[in-house]
Amino acid sequence: MTVTQAPPLSPAPGGPPAHKTPVRRRLVPYWLLLPGILWLVVFFVLPLVYQASTSVQTGSLEEGFEVTWHFATYWDALSEYYPQFLRSLLYAGTATALCLLLGYPLAYLIAFKAGRWRNLLLVLVIAPFFTSFLIRTLAWKTILADGGPVVEVLGAVGFLDVTSWLGLTEGSRVLATPLAVVTGLTYNFLPFMILPLYTSLERIDPRLHEAAGDLYARPATTFRKVTLPLSMPGVVSGTLLTFIPASGDYVNAQLLGSTDTRMIGNVIQSQFLRVLDYPTAAALSFILMAIVLVTVTVYIRRAGTEDLV
Amino acid sequence: MTDKQAGGDVRLSGISKTYGSFTAVHPLDLTVPEGSFFALLGASGCGKTTTLRMIAGLEDPTTGTVRLGDKDVTALPPHKRPVNTVFQSYALFPHLSIYENVAFGLRRRGVKSVKKQVDDMLELVQLGDFAQRKPHQLSGGQQQRVAVARALINHPQVLLLDEPLGALDLKLRRQMQLELKRIQTEVGITFVHVTHDQEEAMTMADTVAVMNGGRVEQLGAPAELYENPRTTFVANFLGTSNLIEAEVVQSSGGEVVVTAGGGKLRLPAGRCPDATTAGGRLLVGVRPEKISLTPVADADAVPAGRNSVTGRILDSSFIGVSTQYVVESPAGKGLEVYAQNVEHRAGLEPGAEVVLHWNPEHTFGLDAAQAIDAGVETVGERP
Amino acid sequence: MSWARRNIVVIAGLLTLAYLILPNIVVMVFSFNKPAGRFNYAWREFSTDAWRDPCGVADLCGSLALSLQIALWATVGATVLGAMIAFALVRYRFRARGTINSLIFLPMAMPEVVMAASLLTLFLNLGAELGFWTILIAHTMFCLSFVVVAVKARVMSMDPRLEEAARDLYAGPVQTFLRVTLPIAAPGIAAGAMLAFALSFDDFIITNFNSGNTVTFPMFVWGSAQRGTPVQINVIGTAMFAVAVLIVAGGQIISGRRKKRALTR
Repeated sequence: MTVTQAPPLSPAPGGPPAHKTPVRRRLVPYWLLLPGILWLVVFFVLPLVYQASTSVQTGSLEEGFEVTWHFATYWDALSEYYPQFLRSLLYAGTATALCLLLGYPLAYLIAFKAGRWRNLLLVLVIAPFFTSFLIRTLAWKTILADGGPVVEVLGAVGFLDVTSWLGLTEGSRVLATPLAVVTGLTYNFLPFMILPLYTSLERIDPRLHEAAGDLYARPATTFRKVTLPLSMPGVVSGTLLTFIPASGDYVNAQLLGSTDTRMIGNVIQSQFLRVLDYPTAAALSFILMAIVLVTVTVYIRRAGTEDLV
Repeated sequence: MTDKQAGGDVRLSGISKTYGSFTAVHPLDLTVPEGSFFALLGASGCGKTTTLRMIAGLEDPTTGTVRLGDKDVTALPPHKRPVNTVFQSYALFPHLSIYENVAFGLRRRGVKSVKKQVDDMLELVQLGDFAQRKPHQLSGGQQQRVAVARALINHPQVLLLDEPLGALDLKLRRQMQLELKRIQTEVGITFVHVTHDQEEAMTMADTVAVMNGGRVEQLGAPAELYENPRTTFVANFLGTSNLIEAEVVQSSGGEVVVTAGGGKLRLPAGRCPDATTAGGRLLVGVRPEKISLTPVADADAVPAGRNSVTGRILDSSFIGVSTQYVVESPAGKGLEVYAQNVEHRAGLEPGAEVVLHWNPEHTFGLDAAQAIDAGVETVGERP
Repeated sequence: MSWARRNIVVIAGLLTLAYLILPNIVVMVFSFNKPAGRFNYAWREFSTDAWRDPCGVADLCGSLALSLQIALWATVGATVLGAMIAFALVRYRFRARGTINSLIFLPMAMPEVVMAASLLTLFLNLGAELGFWTILIAHTMFCLSFVVVAVKARVMSMDPRLEEAARDLYAGPVQTFLRVTLPIAAPGIAAGAMLAFALSFDDFIITNFNSGNTVTFPMFVWGSAQRGTPVQINVIGTAMFAVAVLIVAGGQIISGRRKKRALTR
């Protein structure tokens, strides 16, 4: 048996040249990234640049627009449409809170209490997606129709008196009021809250509940000290997935609301597609983007969950 | 079959691996003779797996060459090397049946009819009935055998095993150790086995290379390493050693005399570092099972000519075949003694004053410049 | 009352579920309505007219076909591009990772109307003709990120040793990818593709901005909300719902059987 061993501390003097990874192999990731990233740069980043440029242009549709660094557009847009901005944030925030409130019990039910019904319930949560959301939103026009059973019951129990007093409804109507718009928003984005909540709840080992109980925690305390903190990633991504699209939505306000419930999305849409005042529309769009990005960034920082992607 | 060349030794010369500023493996020369069962032993992060992966081609060495027989394979990608690996936690393809897992290598090399070979191989590892199952339907031990079969069916020149038994429980591990040893003897292929389990390495391998900090500390047959450790790391990592700091009094006539804790100890000069001279310092070592215990009252019964140290028993634990004692003495704080439970011996309870004595031939000396506790496993260090 | 207290989570959860399902039931019921005027919001009498003639409204089925076509191509494009990005992000170390991750994340963190409006400014500035191609480009763009996330999750949970094992067993890079990486990543890719299809098929806001005079199915529904809602819309909605539920249920049954068979073998 010939086993030899070099003295451990002897890097061969002037030793053999270090091996290098071939250039071709090092370029593989870049080739993989290139087409997709190019797509995003051309059709996501570049449009934002064009929009930025449009927002500081002046001119008219007939004579054409020109970059004049007219930043006043931002100020004008903001001072004219700040009620719609505030309304958007308020509606989207309320809808998000309602989604969390309504979605959490269902996600909890599916994750811990459903047993063999779990898959069925999950299908039922996802199933509404299979019908176009516009059709389903229109269905709310039927459900909330004046004099319909839902409105009758709400009126009979005094619910509408409370909401009227709060300014959410008017008299015995629900349709074309803020309540209808928020109901629609909540309904439309609820699955985006439930699914991430379910994913993070499902990862929790049920034995943790037993351990908490064993260590003298009552069910409410167990929820507060164990379940809720562990489901925070789901809460964070769920609220983001609800708030972001809700803040820019204009479908619910258009179909279920009135001119008094116009959100900023409605304004941007009509400025772009009907009024054709591109600079104002672009400025509004940028302000909305800035508000959402700042809100989201601050929220993520505070929630302490940065590994969302 | 893979073309078998004469002299299929694995030769690593000047091979090293660095990641940025971290050196995983220092330049290393190593020859694994054809047909041997070779173990790379060390704690996690010692560079043993990196060395293995460089042989497999899964890691490009920073410097140096890998040779199989006369052929330099350093630049060959893994799929062109006549080398196969049994991966840690097996890496069985979850989407393929056991049959297709085992046939994978043959099919990739364009073998047309694989059925006979696969069936034979599954028979060899006693999994003939499981051919159509998926890996997740098998137990850990069965998966392990599939991993071995999947590699061996290609008749590689060298089989690399990366902690192949790490995921099995103790009893199954013992069983698989013998099983792997049997297979190796049967097929005669060179096995290079990476493990952190010193017992596993000693049970299975003809030759063990103990690695530490990216270097090979010592290399040899298991008994040789155990009896003649050359560093404190090897002395402590392979089994347990009692190491005593001592001062050399005299070195002549093939014998070295040292003082430790006020007493004199003798040991063969041949088991000491070359530079041992009177006045120098030395770490004197002796294995726990070589030491006998006698109550101080019976000290007269200790035969003359043995090394002896007095002390007091701190703790004793009965573990069936033997009893393990921890003894405090002027020579060292926690000397360990393993005594066979041949018959009950009175006067060896904790607190008792005892004489520890052993044959001077069983004493070895180590360079005192090293850390005395290198390679001692502490709680929580195990991967 | 103590029963209600103990089961409060179940009761609240089921109420939420009812809230989610109610509109679908309304859509289904009203697909059998025979409305008095142009709008199908109030119940009048039972009728199967619309079911017997689902394409009886001008442009309805044409818009449906167009939506399916766009969704299909957008899915193919987004899945191929997205899967490539996901593989690169998980399997390789390279510079600009952070930037690329943000670039993937941003389209998902932005209100759709902003993306829609900015894309429109691009197309207007380039003088592009709005229609099939601009819709397809836009859909591929916003589906891309979702595919990346779905595929990335799957590839990340995949043991890199599986690919090493394949290379060790004589599979070259292409073989390794085709025989091991792709089959194992397939569920993630399928999930991403299905998500992309659903997002594209049902997309309204971005399409609203970038479709010109081209009418996709959601655009048709939107228009009909102003002009009058034909019952056929509800028929299509209900049929899609039924087909999808049947596919899901069928898939569940098949995979359940397969599992059972594998276990009893």
